[in-house]
Amino acid sequence: MPDLLLELFSEEIPARMQAKAADDLRRMVTDKLVAEGLVYEGAKAFATPRRLALTVHGIPARQPDLKTERRGPKMGAPDAAVQGFLKATGLKSLDEAKIQKDPKGDFYIALIEKPGRAAIDVLAEILPVIIRIFPWPKSMRWGARSAKSGALTWVRPLHSIVATFGPETEEPEIVKFSVDGIEAGQTTHGHRFMAPAAISVRRFDDYEAKLKAAKVVLDPQARKDIILADAKELAFAQGYELVEDQVLLDEVSGLVEWPVALMGSFDKEFLSIPDEVIRATIRNNQKCFVVRDPKTGKLANKFILTANIEATDGGKVIIGGNERVIRARLSDAKFFYETDLKTKLEARLPKFEQIVFHEKLGTQAERIKRIETLAAEIAPLVGADVAKAKRASQLAKADLLTEVVGEFPELQGLMGKYYAQAQGEDASVAAASEEHWKPQGQADRVPTDPVSVAVALADKFDTLAGFWAIDEKPTGSKDPYALRRAALGAIRLIIENSLRLPILKAARSALSGQSVKADADKLPGDLLAFFADRLKVQLRDQGARHDLVDAVFSLGGQDDLLLVVRRVEALGKFLDTDDGKNLLAGTKRASNILSIEEKKDKRTFDGAPDVALYRLDEEKALAKAIDQVKSEASAAVAKEDFAAAMSAMAKLRPAVDAFFDKVKVNDDDPKVRENRLKLLNEIRSATRAVADFSRIEG
Amino acid sequence: MDALPDHMRPERSFQGFILALQRFWAEQGCVILQPYDMEMGAGTFHPATTLRALGPKRWNAAYVQPSRRPKDGRYGENPNRMQHYYQFQVIMKPSPPNLQDLYLKSLAAIGVDSSVHDIRFVEDDWESPTLGAWGLGWECWCDGMEVSQFTYFQQVAGVECAPVAGELTYGLERLAMYVQGVDRVYDLNFNGREGDDKVTYGDVFLQAEQEYSRHNFEYADTTMLFEQFKMAEEACRKYLAAGWREGGNQKEHLMALPAYDQCIKASHVFNLLDARGVISVTERQSYIMRVRELAKACGDAWVHTEAGRAV
Repeated sequence: MPDLLLELFSEEIPARMQAKAADDLRRMVTDKLVAEGLVYEGAKAFATPRRLALTVHGIPARQPDLKTERRGPKMGAPDAAVQGFLKATGLKSLDEAKIQKDPKGDFYIALIEKPGRAAIDVLAEILPVIIRIFPWPKSMRWGARSAKSGALTWVRPLHSIVATFGPETEEPEIVKFSVDGIEAGQTTHGHRFMAPAAISVRRFDDYEAKLKAAKVVLDPQARKDIILADAKELAFAQGYELVEDQVLLDEVSGLVEWPVALMGSFDKEFLSIPDEVIRATIRNNQKCFVVRDPKTGKLANKFILTANIEATDGGKVIIGGNERVIRARLSDAKFFYETDLKTKLEARLPKFEQIVFHEKLGTQAERIKRIETLAAEIAPLVGADVAKAKRASQLAKADLLTEVVGEFPELQGLMGKYYAQAQGEDASVAAASEEHWKPQGQADRVPTDPVSVAVALADKFDTLAGFWAIDEKPTGSKDPYALRRAALGAIRLIIENSLRLPILKAARSALSGQSVKADADKLPGDLLAFFADRLKVQLRDQGARHDLVDAVFSLGGQDDLLLVVRRVEALGKFLDTDDGKNLLAGTKRASNILSIEEKKDKRTFDGAPDVALYRLDEEKALAKAIDQVKSEASAAVAKEDFAAAMSAMAKLRPAVDAFFDKVKVNDDDPKVRENRLKLLNEIRSATRAVADFSRIEG
Repeated sequence: MDALPDHMRPERSFQGFILALQRFWAEQGCVILQPYDMEMGAGTFHPATTLRALGPKRWNAAYVQPSRRPKDGRYGENPNRMQHYYQFQVIMKPSPPNLQDLYLKSLAAIGVDSSVHDIRFVEDDWESPTLGAWGLGWECWCDGMEVSQFTYFQQVAGVECAPVAGELTYGLERLAMYVQGVDRVYDLNFNGREGDDKVTYGDVFLQAEQEYSRHNFEYADTTMLFEQFKMAEEACRKYLAAGWREGGNQKEHLMALPAYDQCIKASHVFNLLDARGVISVTERQSYIMRVRELAKACGDAWVHTEAGRAV
């Protein structure tokens, strides 16, 4: 079966857009083929800086013939309806229509046979449309045609199109179409500098091979492999190792058609700048890799660039040029770094009075003050020194005003730590500059130093309280202030450090620090519910049952997340045992009966049962078991020993089972019935010592 | 090209470098203009670009434009950052299909050989909030150094470009430094001579950099500048209002260029105020908006002039 080769040859496509564009091209063409009844065998798309290419193989030469039935008007319908039907279906008269029986009245059916078209004609129709509607993140007009409306837009000027179609064994045909004056053909071009001449191609095999001969590596993955292997080898040959960087590799491979890795060096004096700053400078500005000395783990004064040509001088001039630029960049970075070191972090703080954090939440200076107060309050709860927590809070954001962070925002925190260390701050205080931002995401590390933990929690609680106070909560997919991440960060800080930190109290403190008037009665509860939601998501992601989390939270007043988690764990384990399962079943049965009877009598059955009204031993036994279990479970819960509380619960099971076995709840004596319902209610309330069993599924 | 005397070769002298570019683009049919006689932050502000980019008429031009960036002054102490430097600007409307090739040939004309240099087109979307303009293109890299901006204008002064113009901007000093192999801009050989006859870029501009840095950061009269901004803004609006005529069956404008001069003026005065640090972050945005409104009004006027409208 025939194959399609498509190439869209343009001026340089931004590196960051190439992978998605290749994918979009494959998806759009193959979706359309399938929709046209042309089911293909396989497809693969490629991108280089100057071209998008697609090969689809095993496309049937023709579409299958299509038979469709079209329902028409009822027999005896007005003539206008009949004429409309004939026109729409192309039938000459109603004689050509079939009649279908129907209880509601017989109607006409037209059988329309559409012969399948040649695939190449279908392609000629769909390809220009796909090119016209291609979803580039940003596209443009160019040249003389841009004066007219309806001019083609593309990511950068599109120069030529290759589109051929045919079976492997024969000379393929050109798919004949044109888009805004560009005729599809079979001519493309090689490398811009090394092989700019026109190349005539037939199908994917010779296309890829001819491009390679013309110094173009079509497959982005192959370019990445070449860059990575060559860069590693260059580093290794000098006794270094490459600092691998996938994001940079992706980008660099999108900037070259013929990658050539070259190594350059810079003056050793620049190694006095922190490694991260050197790397950021060389990577962000120059898109070069750095290498390290495997013995020390520190960066070496070398870098690896990826050129797009095999220079006739072996790359000497290219290396020299890059070295000059990197020298200038590192001079700037060194200057920034040294300038930063001349100013103490605390001396930068007054500037925060001029910087607005959020128009309704005051300046950064006010925010830092709030974080300091809150961190001092949290410190004793997390085992941190109050003075250190306050100092760390004051300094934690100061590096935002430094030159290096201004230049490389991704180094925020880290530079704060370096500058704090340089000015002789306590190690924990310095570390907090970096650590208090953490954890940033699910994969990020959670700080453990108590000072960092206190500041990190204070930072997150202040953020949450502030945005809650001005009613800027996340909605749906919108969370512009990353509040979900803040809450999740706080949760992980608490759980992973096994902290006892009542959320409601922390929320109240954080809210009271805000300058905006907040609803002090309602908001802490709202925030707790938000935390509960986040915790549920978190636990569910870890494989816990969300209904168990609900069962614990619905007990009310559960704002100690660590206890919630422990309780959920104990409950999960308990429910895995036979005792647990049967008790759950018994409790559910009790609840069901109760709710039916409550509805019937329009009353609840609260209150202690009357001992005098027990008629059967099983009643007495159950009452006794409930008393015993209640006190044992409560005592265990008070000691936060949830496993023991669950074991106590287990003792309830035989009594509950025996009760349902032998006792008829709805006794004829209304007094006895009421008493038995009260006893059932006692089961429910006894289990509430550990969880709300009615929330548990199954 | 006929043989050049040594001192005029682009790799020997800054002036030879400029002349080589001018000569190259003259050969491509560009009119070679002289710098606009007003202070401006970039060659794009020259009416030969901003206004001529608008409207359907063909327009190919190249020129050197001194660019004033008051905030970039470093008292002559930074090796390549200055408050006054030269841009070489090329504008071709409509953008020719081989503009990239022409650009690469122009590099060859100033001594950048693409068989030993690594020349790259790296994504850079251009936007000028003050001009109400945007375009797509690249920064052009030579061996890792950004040497030019290459932009296909999509909109200028709030008006859609139809047809699109291609704009090239060369950072002359930076390129010349590379070609001459010097690390400090003030060491550039300006006239290509040696010994006593040699004049460097520093001989010509170092004192100016020091004096203007002092002026821009410390002494520029802010009371006067605030006043000048207002005056330029008012004058621009006044000239725009006065320029409209009902001619035949279409509206005409007769004073787009003088009005636009005031827009250029306002923009530069704003840059000076910004360098003096007397404009707060929030005010900054509103000043930029005010200049943009002027630029847009000028663009609208321009497309109703002889040179800016259809046929």
